[in-house]
Parts: sequence; structure tokens; C-alpha cells
Amino acid sequence: MLLAGGQGSRLYALTSKIAKPAVRFGAKYRIIDFPLSNCINSNIDTVGVLTQYQPLILNEYIGNGQPWDLDRTFGGVHILPPYQGKKRTDWYKGTANAIYQNIDFMKRYNPEYVLILSGDHIYKMDYSKMLAFHKSNNAEATIAVLDVPLEEASRFGIMNTDADYRINDFEEKPAKPKSTKASMGIYIFNAELLYKYLEDDENDPNSKNDFGKNIIPKMLNDGRRMFAYPFKGYWKDVGTIDSLLEANMDLLKDENLDIFNKNWKIYSRNDPFPPQFICDGAKLGNSMVTVGCYIEGEVVNSLLASNVKVEKGAVIRDSVIFENTIIKKGSVINHSIIANDVVVEENACIGSKKEEDNKISVVGEGMVVKKNQVIASGEIVEKVEEE
Amino acid sequence: MSILGLIFSNIHNREIFEVTKYRTIASAPIGGRYRLIDFPLSNMVNAGVTQVGVITKNNYQSLMDHVGSGKEWDLARKNGGLVILPPYVLNDEVYNTRLEAIKSISSFINHSKAEYVLMTDCYHICNIDYSDLLKKHLQKDADITCVYRKCQDKNESNLPANAFVLDENERVVEMNLVDEVKVGWNLSVDIWIMKRDLLQTLIMESINTNYHSFNRDILSKNLKNLKVFGYKFDGYFGNICNLKSYFDVNMDLLNNDVRNELFNIPNRSIYTKIRDSAPTIYGEDAKVSNSLIADGCVIEGSVSNSIIFRGTKIKKGCVIENSILMQDTVVYENIHLQNVITDKNVQIKTKKELCGSEEYPVYVKKNGVL
Repeated sequence: MLLAGGQGSRLYALTSKIAKPAVRFGAKYRIIDFPLSNCINSNIDTVGVLTQYQPLILNEYIGNGQPWDLDRTFGGVHILPPYQGKKRTDWYKGTANAIYQNIDFMKRYNPEYVLILSGDHIYKMDYSKMLAFHKSNNAEATIAVLDVPLEEASRFGIMNTDADYRINDFEEKPAKPKSTKASMGIYIFNAELLYKYLEDDENDPNSKNDFGKNIIPKMLNDGRRMFAYPFKGYWKDVGTIDSLLEANMDLLKDENLDIFNKNWKIYSRNDPFPPQFICDGAKLGNSMVTVGCYIEGEVVNSLLASNVKVEKGAVIRDSVIFENTIIKKGSVINHSIIANDVVVEENACIGSKKEEDNKISVVGEGMVVKKNQVIASGEIVEKVEEE
Repeated sequence: MSILGLIFSNIHNREIFEVTKYRTIASAPIGGRYRLIDFPLSNMVNAGVTQVGVITKNNYQSLMDHVGSGKEWDLARKNGGLVILPPYVLNDEVYNTRLEAIKSISSFINHSKAEYVLMTDCYHICNIDYSDLLKKHLQKDADITCVYRKCQDKNESNLPANAFVLDENERVVEMNLVDEVKVGWNLSVDIWIMKRDLLQTLIMESINTNYHSFNRDILSKNLKNLKVFGYKFDGYFGNICNLKSYFDVNMDLLNNDVRNELFNIPNRSIYTKIRDSAPTIYGEDAKVSNSLIADGCVIEGSVSNSIIFRGTKIKKGCVIENSILMQDTVVYENIHLQNVITDKNVQIKTKKELCGSEEYPVYVKKNGVL
């Protein structure tokens, strides 16, 4: 069950029209490609995707699930929006409530185990190993954890465990963390037990209907067999502009996030564009570029999604450009995220050099940046919708 | 108006025998991420054709692997869709000519409910509007319409060629099989449209009379009885008749106008098999100019005037000039390639320099290690 309904309000202009999991990532992907590809690579062939906020593009993108080999006669991928019920009709009130509202969906497939994922993390993980860990520990719930530096631990939900990784305590964003095992928001539950806790949680009027705040602490209180599955590898929550840009840049340098591995492909919906064309006089360094791009200018430490045009004399440094965007002659882009279908007219200047100022500029979908316009570092501009 | 598409995947194999040793001409790689068949298939689909038969003869494993169920062209259909037609063997003999190929699939043609049949070969790349072809065919009340082009370079044609003599209404009045061509001649590009029932009648006749050649025995013999018209195609037409022209057509794609004519026409995209490659990554010291580069490559060396296919790796210190490196080629450190075509999965390891000429590019066979 993939939670993909989040608004992603800390991504500002990038999520004004699309749900966070559908945000572009790594030139040709969208964030949700990572958990979906992990599922199919881990032999999970029945996936419910819970959507709520701005689902249009996300729904279209997932479609029948064919790009991820999830178009199945039995199972496959299913989009699960909130729906009108006989007794009650509700938006998804929290993560636990979203899953609760889809208990009937899960029961149709009669699973032994349910895996809960979120649609806003970048990582490659073999869930079948986590399930094997869950089974061998005879666990009732297993939570994937990542070893984080102690100074950062207070930003996460921290699991305190005994030597056998059995969880005995859970603290949400503790001021003085007792361990460095941070929850990755990935849970495996024994299905029947999950249904019971979700129903109890729903009947509790004081509950916030959240896995981290309610379900997990309740299970711990009841002394359930809960284990922390130690994950080693790359993992990043891309919930903020900074972490989104950082994760994109990690593709250029972090060997743990190897998307070239043919045994663990990241699948995505592909555009029918010709290969990229690099002109005479173009300069490319340490960058990732995909189909349909046309490069005459300079691209350094950057990622360009499909069909991006960079004209002569334009310079792009330390930036991420989404699909169909045009950067015209002489424009300079530093340390920025430029969304899709943007036109940057000639000699515009966006952001300032990463070395001079660490703030990131963002230009929202469909914007036209005027000739000679300057967008300061840290500035976020987006198209104003006409009422 | 429903159209049945028929694609001949093996005719003209011998033209680029180097590349077609392991495959049909239809599945010969082109332009970084395509195979030749992508062009006729996409053209058909873009004109609303929903049923396509691909006629095969031999070595069609790579073709089947490429087209799969046809889903990339939206041809995985309950009704119609893409059908690979394996060779039909009678008296231990597979067909030899186009007409025999059509005869051998007559039951497939008979079962189709389409009104028209559109037939094409695979030795060329172009983005042609087949719905306009049908429109002209109807306007002229033609029985058969043949697509032709004006010869622009006498050295770049498949020989022998079929040349048309047209009257002022573009009706074909004469058709000649010629061994050399001249600039300005009207050359058949081996694309035809006609009513399906007409094709059925012609097949029946040819079975009764034991005819063999579609052009000689069907088309040219019937110029008086049937209204055979020409349809001029004057967009970019990449014609492959030997290894040199295969090289040149690939190189034509470095021209912006050619790419625009092939790939940038609204609602007429060219589709191909999806390989789920990662984007291409350029290293710190990469130097690239005037090159077409597909996804999934890792480029750390210098590349100019070249076509680089998906999954190619070019290591530091390499200099690649005027070359075509097919899928998954690996060029190790400090190697110089000029006017080279490497087929799939080639590794250039110990050979420090490999230079062909533009007239005679060096060809390295599939899986070769040098």
C-alpha cells in the first residue's frame, strides 16, 4: 500500500498542480518510480496507490501500471482515491485512516502480510529481504530503519531496540535521541493484526489516525513483537526543496544510488522523443541528460529532463530542469530548480552561484521568465492562476 | 476507412549484409535508439492503422524481440494489432519474391476486415503522412497508388530500381526496371496502397498464372487495365542501399532539419521499444559536439559527429569521431575511433586506433572484442 496522497507543501511551486510522488526526479523519473520499481523488483505484484491531493497527473502517469510490469490479470497496480461510502464519506484523515478506508481492497487479495510505503522517498530496497527478516523473527510488525548520524537523529522517528533488533521504545523526533535507528516510513504488518489495529484506531475519537503517532505506539504498548529492519544503502526523504535538489545531485556522485544497475532497474513511463542532440560548442560536465534535449550552451553539475532546450551562451550550473523547458540565449541559471514547460527568455539570470549563497531558486510550471529578468537566490516564483 | 498494414521485413536484407547477418533489415539499428521498422510502424499507427502484419522470412528473432506485443506502437489490440507472420513453407521452400510472400499470407489478408491494404518495405526512414496518401488515392479514384521520390543522387539508390513515367495527372504510364538511375527520375520507394479486395483478386490471378514478381507481373502489366497513380514524397527520405548509405543516413540525423522532419511533426511521433535505460551521464572531462546521444550512456571521453546508441560507455581519454556506436558498445581508455561502425555489444579494449574512411567505414561485428 503506497501512500501517495501527500500535498508536499514544502515543495511549494513544484507541487501546486501535482501530488508530491509525481514530481520529476533524476532527469527522466518521477519520485514514485522508485517505490513502484522496488515493488516489482521485490516480486510484489499487487500494489494499491492511495491518492488524494491533485491526483490528475499521478493517475495518468500510473495508468494501468504497464511501465512497471504491474498490468496484471490478478492484482497489479490500483489507484485508490477516497470514495463515497454508504455510512460515511471522508477524505483520508491520516496515514492510518487512508489504509483503514481500504481494508476491503486489501481483503480482496487475502494477503498474509501488508507492506506500507510512502511515495516521497528516493531509495532502492529489496522488500523481499525485509519480509524474510520479518518472518524469521516471527514478528507481528517490522519497521525499516536507517542508521543516521546522532546529530540528525532528532529530525526522525527513532526506534530504540534490544540487541536482536526487537523494538522496545519509539520516540517521534526526540530532543535527546537514545539511538540512531531512524524510521524510514516502511512497515510490514501481519495483515489480520493490521486490520484489527486500524479498526480500533478508527473507533478511538482521540486518535490522529497516523501510523507513527498512533498505530506504532499502541502496538508497542500492547507488547507486540515488533522489529527494526536495518537497511543499509541510499535513502532520502525528498519532502523539501533542499532535499529534492540534494537527492538529484546525489545521482551524479553517490555510488549507493546507482540507477545504471541492470539487475535493479528503475522503471518509468517514457516519452517518444529522439535521442539528445549536443551541438558544436556545447559544454557538458558531470551532468545527466535525457531524450529530446537539445544542448548548445553549457551544462555543469546539472540534470535535464526530456525535451529541454539550452540555447547558445546559456549556462546551467548545479540545477535541475524539468521537461519541455527552454533556456534561451545568454541566460544563466545557478543552483535552481526550474519546473516543466518554462520559458526563460534571453539573458535572464536565475539564482546565484552555489559557492556564494546556499539558497535555492525555484521557477514553477509554465512560467515565462522575461528577458533580462533577475530571480534572486532563494526566490520562488510561480504562475498566478486566474480566477 | 480501415487500413491493413503489411510490412516486408526481409526484402533488401542483402543491401547491408554486414548489419543484417544477425537480423532482418527491419530490425537494423538506426539513429541512436531506433530500428528501421519503427518508422513504417509509427507512420502507420499515426495514420490510424490498427492492424499490421509483419511478413518475415529468416533471422527474425531480433525483430520479434524488438516489436514484442506491439504495445509501444499502441498495437497490442484485441481486434487487429500487430501480427508477426512467420514464413509459410510449401514443398520445403520459403518464398523468394514479394509476390510469393503476399501469396503465402493470403489467408491473413482474407481474414482482415480492412477496406484498404498499405504495403511498405523497411530499407528507408521517413515520416510520411499515410492519411494524406489515402486521401489522394481516393481523390484520384485510383486502383493502386505507388509512392515515389525524385532521385537526387544517382549513387544513392537501390539497384535495380523501379522508375515511373507519369502523365500530367501523376498516373503511371510506364514502369521500368533500371540498372542505373539519373537525378530527377521518379523512383519507386516500395510503398503502395490499394483496396484489399483488389489485392485479393490480383493474388488469385497470379496463382493461376504462376506469376512471381509484384512489380513486373502485377504492376507494370496492369498499367492499362488499372488506374495506377504515383504519390510524390518530398520530405526527408533516408535511403539505405549499402553500408555506406547506412552510415550516411545515420549521419544525416546530425542535421537539425532532418531531425525536425523526422521527429518534430505534431501528432506524428516515432515510437520505439522502451529499454528503461537511465539518463545519459556526462563525466567531468566529457567533450561532446555535434552528436546524437541516446539514453543510458556514460560518456567520459570526447565525441564528435557521431551517433551513440543506448547503453554505450566511452571511457576517459577516448576520441570518437564520425562513428556509429550501437547499443552497449564499450570503448576503453585512450582509444581513437574514426569512421567506425560498431554493432551491438562490441568492446574496443586493446586496439588503440581504428580508422575507416567516409567511403568505407570500418564495421565491427556484433559482440566483437578488439
